[in-house]
This record gives sequence, C-alpha cells and structure tokens, in this order.
Amino acid sequence: MTAIDTARLKQMFDAIAVAIEADKDRLCQLDGVIGDADHGIAMELGFNAVRDALAPLDLAAVEPTALLNTAAKSFLNAVGASSGPLYATAFMRAAAAVKGKAALEGADVIALFQAMAQGIKDRGKAEIGEKTMIDAWQPAAEAAAAAHAAGKSLAESLDAALAAAERGAEATKDMIAAKGRSSRLGERSLGHIDPGAASAVTVIAAMRKSLT
Amino acid sequence: MQTKKIINDGNRSVDEMLEGILAAHPRHLKSVDGSPRSIVARDGPRPGKVGLVIGGGSGHEPTFLGFVGKGLADAAAIGNVFASPPPDPILECAKAVSGGAGVLFMYGNYAGDVMNFDMAAEMADMDDIDVRTVLTTDDVASAPRDQRDKRRGVAGNFFIFKAAGAACDRMLSFDEVERIARKANDHTFTMGVALSPCSLPQTRRPNFEIGADEMEIGMGIHGEPGIARGKLRTADEITDEMLDRILAEMAPSRGDKVAVLVNSLGSTPLMELYIMNRRVKQRLDDIGVAIHATWVGNYCTSLEMAGASVTLEHLDGELQTMLDHPCDCAMFRAG
Repeated sequence: MTAIDTARLKQMFDAIAVAIEADKDRLCQLDGVIGDADHGIAMELGFNAVRDALAPLDLAAVEPTALLNTAAKSFLNAVGASSGPLYATAFMRAAAAVKGKAALEGADVIALFQAMAQGIKDRGKAEIGEKTMIDAWQPAAEAAAAAHAAGKSLAESLDAALAAAERGAEATKDMIAAKGRSSRLGERSLGHIDPGAASAVTVIAAMRKSLT
Repeated sequence: MQTKKIINDGNRSVDEMLEGILAAHPRHLKSVDGSPRSIVARDGPRPGKVGLVIGGGSGHEPTFLGFVGKGLADAAAIGNVFASPPPDPILECAKAVSGGAGVLFMYGNYAGDVMNFDMAAEMADMDDIDVRTVLTTDDVASAPRDQRDKRRGVAGNFFIFKAAGAACDRMLSFDEVERIARKANDHTFTMGVALSPCSLPQTRRPNFEIGADEMEIGMGIHGEPGIARGKLRTADEITDEMLDRILAEMAPSRGDKVAVLVNSLGSTPLMELYIMNRRVKQRLDDIGVAIHATWVGNYCTSLEMAGASVTLEHLDGELQTMLDHPCDCAMFRAG
C-alpha cells in the first residue's frame, strides 16, 4: 500500500461527512425511539464542521497530527452534546498516536484506530454491554488489531473491524442501556439499536472505504 | 408531515433566538466578545463573589439564560437544541464571572453536559480558576430513590439555581455556596407528565409518538420515555399521582413549609396549570404543609411539548432565606 498522507486523511473525513449526511434521518429516528432524536443532527453538524475546518489547510505543510487535532477541535465546538467530547477525544488521541509521522503505514492506521476507540472509552467511561457506541468501537479496534497481528493487510484488517462493529451495533438491540440518556429507560431500551453504535458503524465503514 | 414552526432556518434558530433575547434584555444580558453562546449578567459578577455558571441545551427557555442576572446565575453557556454546549463557551463564561473566589458549575445531570462541563472545568483549572460542580437531580421519575445521583435535572433547577445564586450574592464562601446548592438539590423534587410531543427545529418531526387519548407520566424534558403510559386522566388524578410520588420521598411533617412550582412543558396553557395548582394546594392543606410561595408558568419548557411538571422544594430557614433573597434577571424577578 502507499502510505496515507494528510491528503488521504482529509479525504477520509470528507467521506465520513458524506456518509453521515446520507444516514442522518435514520440516526435521528433511532435516537427518537430511545433518546431525544438529535443524534443524526449532532453527527452531521460535527463532521460538516470538520470538513469546513480542514478545507483551507495547506495539506503539503500539515502533518497528520495537526490535521487530526484540527478535526477534534472543530467537531467539539460545533457539537457539544455527548458525541462532541467523545469524537473530539477520539481524534485527539488519534493525533497523539501518530505524532511525528509525515505519512501513515498500515501499523500506524491500526494504532490510530485503537487510539480512537480507547479515547471514546476513557471519555465516556463506558464498558462493553452498556448499549453505547463503545459496543461498536471496542470490538472493531480489537478485530483490526488481531487481523493486523495475524499478518493481514490493512484492507483486510479494516474489513474485520467493520464486520465486528456491525455485529457489536446489532448486539446493542439485546442490551439494556446503562450509560447515556437512554439508561433512564431501563428495560424499555431493549429491542432498539443504540444510535451511537449505529453511527459508529457508518463512520468506520467510511474510514475503511477511504483508507484502503 | 413536518410540524409548523415560526422559524427561518432550523440550523440558525438558537443564534437567532439569542439575537432576539439580547435585543429584548440589554439591561440584563450581554454576550462575551467573540463567544456569542456565552451569556453574562451585566450586573452580578464581582470581585470576591463566587461566580455561578449554569447552562445546557436550548429549547427549555426561560431555562437557562432567563435566570441570568443579579442574585441568581452570573452566566449561562448555551448549547444547540437539546444538546450540551461544547467546552469553549462554558470556559468563556467561567472566565467572565470569575471574581477570584471560585466558580460553581450547575446544570442538569445528563451525560453530554457532564462531559462538556468537565472538559471546561479542566481547561479553567489550567487558567487557575477554581471550579466546582453541583449537578441537579430533581426528577423523581428518572431513577429509583436509592440512585438519586442518576436522576435527571428538570424544572426544579429553578429552585436549586435560585438558592445557589442567592448564596453567591450574599458573598458566602465557596464551601458554603456549594453546601447550600447541594442541600437545595436534595430538598427539591419534580414529577412531569407529557401529553403530546415536541419537534426539533432542524427536523420538524414529532420526537416521539403518543396516542391521541394518552399521557405519559414521568417523561423527561427531551421526550425521554417516562415510567408509565396510560389513558389521559383528570387534572386532579394526574396531580395526585405526581404528588403521591413527590410526598413519599419528601416526607414532610405537619407544619413544614414548601415552595411550589407548576411548570408548563411548552404548550400547556396557564388555565390548566392553575387547575393543577388548585389540587396541589388542597393536598398540601390536607396534610398541614404550608405553602411559602408559588410560581405557575413557563419555567423549564421542552419546545412545544404539551404537559406539565410539579416541583416542591422542602424549605428550612436557610433555604427560605435563599428563596426570598432578591434577584433581577431577564425573565425572572423576586424580592
């Protein structure tokens, strides 16, 4: 593979913005069932702000770390809500994970991916099984790392990540929410996919498509 | 079909509302230069006084920014509709109101608000501003009694912020302000009922479905499902169910005093609120609990949701003093 430079990372964020925009109504509807129906709006606002903030950057002069930090700050200040701090922390940790690199090899992308999942977990203090985006992000990061460690290509590793994220999001249907706004529902949250896990799949799918 | 709203652009609604509010209340409110979502009291913050910063998502007006003014909150950080503000406007509020005696963050207990306010508190710490946080958790319906710290903050914010703001205005120490804020929260209990949904300006779709003849007891102020859905009952029956739950927890003794707030979630009119308040008075009279003061109206709304909430604050001498302390805000005056 060719190393992933800042131009490719910018394309990745553009691809996420397009994917989230297309998915906005479904995410709002999922959120309407167990939350306050604004998740798709928040995610669209956030990734549109990232796209706008990255557009004027001189990609030849900017390293991946700076680009990711710009993404983090713009997402956070556009959104607030829950997804703001969670994704902003993900991108800040990703920025730290690839510090000093001008372009990313496969192992760097895997490290970036794992840092994102860990950042979301640390900020939200959620564990697997609590019906949050972590139920998609954590298995995805683990699957990517395992595939990479087994000698798989980056494309194969991200395929594994996406498949694990999809399974994780689907599994949130059978979970009772323990974190976030829907946790006040108790058993009434059963049977519904967590909107944060659903949007995580959309983000991961866009990353896989644009990075491989 | 989309709901009807008087708006221009759903994505600009919060900012356009803020422009209108600043135009209406120039004597009370201003925004921080360069941070339009940070609204500060013109008269309030001062050296040596603990600063009080409140905030949260929009769509609950007059909560939060209507309670910014002398004797109550010094600033409010404004989020998008039903979404926490990001850390930056919160931090700008903290800087604007810091008088060197500490800054108290108070807001409803929601995951998004906690993350953003905590990040702002970490940033304020780097600027040598001493920040403490008291979350409001007055919604009786949102978690069992033994999990009070998991409950949401709703209309009872009004009493809790009022107590903390008065303590700040009386130049009490940071420790004392924090203690009184926590005590006010512990003494405040709210129950709500929803009859029809609201819709976000960006989607203009009802944010939940409810039958034409149904109501939902305990629904949250963002449409979070409550504890029981059933056929719509009479005002007395609804008020009784709410008060039963509140009084079971508050456990007032004969001769105790309370303050009452009967609040509209947006489109329920004063007529219905006063019918509910009539029942509140009857029930409290029956058990010999005195009403020190009553407020009826729109205090913590959920856009155009139909429904109402009843809040009681169980007063002691100290909380009564804080409640009676004068304040002068854009949308609320007392004393």
